[in-house]
Amino acid sequence: MSTSENTKVALPAMTHTVGMPRHQKIIFIVLLAVLLALPFVVYPVFAMKVLCFALFACAFNLLLGFGGLLSFGHAAYFGMASYVCAHAAKVWGLTPELAILAGTATSAVLGLVIGSLAIRRQGIYFAMVTLAFAQMVYFFALQAKFTGGEDGIQSVPRNDLLGIFPMNDDMTFYFFVLAITYGGILFIYRITHSPFGQVLKSIRENEPRAVSLGYRVNRYKLMVFVLSATFAGLAGATKSQVFHLASLTDVHWTMSGEVVLMTLLGGMGTVLGPIVGAAIVVTMQNYLASLGAWVTVIQGCIFVIGVLLFREGIIGVLSRILKKPL
Amino acid sequence: MFELLGIPPQVLMGQLLIGLINGSFYAVLSLGLAVIFGLLNIINFAHGAQYMMGAFGAWMLLNYTGIGYWPALILSPIVVGAIGIALERTMISRLYKLDHLYGLLLTFGLALIIQGLFRNYYGVSGLPYAIPPALQGGQNLGFMFLPNYRGWVIIASVVVCFGTWFMIEKTRLGSYLRAATENPELVGAFGINVPRMITLTYGFGVGLAAFAGVLAAPIYSVNPNMGADLIIVVFAVVVIGGMGSIMGAILTGFGLGIIEGLTRVFYPEGSAVVIFVIMAIVLMIKPEGLFGNNA
Amino acid sequence: MFKRIALTTVAATALATAPAWATDVKLGVLNDQSGVYADLSGQGSVLAARMAVQDFDAAGKGINVEIISADHQNKPDIASNIARQWYDRDGVDVILDVPTSSTALAVADVTAEFGKIFINSGAATSDLTRANCQPTTIHWTYDTAALANGTGKAVTESGGDTWFFLTADYAFGHALERDTTAVVEANGGKVLGSVKHPFPGSDFSSFLLQAQGSGAKVIGLANAGADTVNSIKQAAEFGIVQAGQKLAGLLLFINNVHSLGAETAQGLQMTTAFYWDMNDGTREFSKRFQAEAGAPPSMVQAGVYAGTLHYLKAVEAVGSNDPAAIVAKMKEMETDDPLFGKGYIRKDGRVIHDMYLMEVKSPAESTGEWDLLKQIATISGEDAFLPMEDGGCAFALAK
Repeated sequence: MSTSENTKVALPAMTHTVGMPRHQKIIFIVLLAVLLALPFVVYPVFAMKVLCFALFACAFNLLLGFGGLLSFGHAAYFGMASYVCAHAAKVWGLTPELAILAGTATSAVLGLVIGSLAIRRQGIYFAMVTLAFAQMVYFFALQAKFTGGEDGIQSVPRNDLLGIFPMNDDMTFYFFVLAITYGGILFIYRITHSPFGQVLKSIRENEPRAVSLGYRVNRYKLMVFVLSATFAGLAGATKSQVFHLASLTDVHWTMSGEVVLMTLLGGMGTVLGPIVGAAIVVTMQNYLASLGAWVTVIQGCIFVIGVLLFREGIIGVLSRILKKPL
Repeated sequence: MFELLGIPPQVLMGQLLIGLINGSFYAVLSLGLAVIFGLLNIINFAHGAQYMMGAFGAWMLLNYTGIGYWPALILSPIVVGAIGIALERTMISRLYKLDHLYGLLLTFGLALIIQGLFRNYYGVSGLPYAIPPALQGGQNLGFMFLPNYRGWVIIASVVVCFGTWFMIEKTRLGSYLRAATENPELVGAFGINVPRMITLTYGFGVGLAAFAGVLAAPIYSVNPNMGADLIIVVFAVVVIGGMGSIMGAILTGFGLGIIEGLTRVFYPEGSAVVIFVIMAIVLMIKPEGLFGNNA
Repeated sequence: MFKRIALTTVAATALATAPAWATDVKLGVLNDQSGVYADLSGQGSVLAARMAVQDFDAAGKGINVEIISADHQNKPDIASNIARQWYDRDGVDVILDVPTSSTALAVADVTAEFGKIFINSGAATSDLTRANCQPTTIHWTYDTAALANGTGKAVTESGGDTWFFLTADYAFGHALERDTTAVVEANGGKVLGSVKHPFPGSDFSSFLLQAQGSGAKVIGLANAGADTVNSIKQAAEFGIVQAGQKLAGLLLFINNVHSLGAETAQGLQMTTAFYWDMNDGTREFSKRFQAEAGAPPSMVQAGVYAGTLHYLKAVEAVGSNDPAAIVAKMKEMETDDPLFGKGYIRKDGRVIHDMYLMEVKSPAESTGEWDLLKQIATISGEDAFLPMEDGGCAFALAK
């Protein structure tokens, strides 16, 4: 009985340029333009939800697509940050930016603790360790007093930004969320295209070689893990401000599964993939809600078709056709 | 006798026995998962859904054709196993060369489809399925009342688990199987149809899940969601036992049932999480699992 | 699957004879359509709302009604998102049903924010009209306090004076245990202990043995849905009832009893706000309902029907769809419908109507698939629900 280690996740080829290629600059500008116009076309709260999940998927993609590490417990960072942010805004009365910061910091610490243990294991065992810890975080969220158990933390206020600007209007708040998520996505792009990102890539492709080149592989893995957890936390914290609530949904293991779906559907290891994947999944959940149990069936079909026919994801396929990394 | 942490020994004995009963389900389910992983290298996330299909199979046989519990115990696993074989042939077999991740995602998708379809047709309230007349009633063991059916669950699962272990580890057929996973080309060269063997193995693993489902039908309600949350627990059992280790899956299944049972006495709220705590500890100390031999 | 059941065609044909003015209202039925509560709410609640519109002859009275529905998957974030979108963009005037406590609390807050109307039927938490009350919330069918006052009181009075709870480990379970404990103690009973089981659970034998070991006369099941069904089944299997202990299912729906079967469930007592076979009015409605839905209405679906009917009466009386005026009218008018009889709506939004203590029939008594319950006692609304003064609803108590 052998567990083969030579089967690698198929990844689209990446160019190794550090600066931003021209077509990617165009993509980011177009993306920004689309996102600026979005709330005038669709319902702003829905648009904010898409943004939060896009950032969440990008954070996850940083770990899986660039670090080559499959975490099956990312809901822990997403959910914990959303609880802490909600608590900070509701009980301590913090302003949105401070509350979100508090949530994000919590996830960073959580990522450091779990990550330092998890990175000692590889492949499926790594995934299992992250799942195990995520289940413990879920248990904590269920039992702790401040999380409100099954009810979650409800009616979380949106206090004035910096204590000055009122944020209760969804349209205004959208642009604040856009600034956070777009900034986060750009930052993640920067990380993956920095020297640090190049080392990560070499570890992903061939870990023993990276070790022999003198890189302290575990330190790089831990850093990318913490960064990924931090951005997942940023997304979760922002989401709790958008919806005025934090709930168990965000820490449940199915949320960890959903972010895998988003990333794969869009195309892991690509820049745009997670954003597109998140947009599709969120849209589907929103507009198919009236179909009841059929939503599950449709989601299942997407998984199956995706795995059988489009393993590179939507953007992965596009990127191959256009012969350009997207 | 003495009191342990304030729990009278009779109560403790009863709880241990109940833990063993629950462990029986974990053992049969994780055995199927381990067989599939060990021989096909596929993490079968649809296992929970197939367990549910086994229970529904028994219910359908009774309500649509009048076939009772005992034939269903054989028929339902065969039918569900055949469906599993069809899935393996049409979809799963395309993924053997790829990372574990894809097999996991595909079977996860299949589980969503199966559960969604059953929810649409049968609702979610659960359907009743009676305990077979021969196994109604129970025995008074002095420290507790043991329903006959639960006793049967322990016996049936022990027999099935060790039968499977014997077949894979001690028979010629089993040696072919093990050899085929080590070196499919060589075994193929000896004139053995390796793909067919692998297909049948998947069918067998799925059949084990369905068997557990039929065993569960009379005591838990037959419900489309019955396997949804069970899957990650069983998955954890397999990891703790050592992925691919047949004996590991069996012993860990029974053992964790007992540990979970004890948690229900000392810290009931924590009984849902204890298995994951153990999994984290085991993976940190002995990553290949308690009974695994290669990481 | 129907997303929109536009009744505009009916309205159009009737408009010729209707008064010149017409009011447009849009009802949103938001509930569980794929999860554990889909059978007792789900599409059945949509049907109930539609039947209320037809029975009221809304079109003939110049009220143009549109009904939309969605699945909140029992997740508060999805529920609050849909509610927001419905009020903000789709022009929904009232949201109906919303089972599970966490989603109901979320929708209550969103409704208050938009100043619309929320008529809850599916959720159990009494906090909807207590600590978390809103002027825009109306809680129709039942709550944890009423369940406790029904089953808890009846069982304690009939000699079951020592209790042990099997409690689902989440807010609803805790609330139900809290409210029932208060009732048991007020009636001279004693609670010997409780065990909190993970939610959702599948095997309860371990917890049942602990309950048995406690020696309490009554095992109170402070859980819901499949958890309650499995607890009862397994208690029967382990001979707990034969050994002399009594089970009290604190929240049971007709669908749960049906899935247990009369054989297993016989003799169980439960509190309900509605049963299909109570009088001519309930039977007539249930017959029509069952013809379309395949099963008789649950108390939640009945509550959606009654809530919709009362809402439409208020719309007719006010003559516009101004939410504040309609809520005021709804609280001012007596409630009266064939399913719940006469009642009224308290200032805090609690609908006061009779509750019924029922017992599950034995297989010998039962004459049909759904002939499952017999009535033991009627509990008047004032006795069943917690007095407003003790509820702690700030706006209702403010002078």
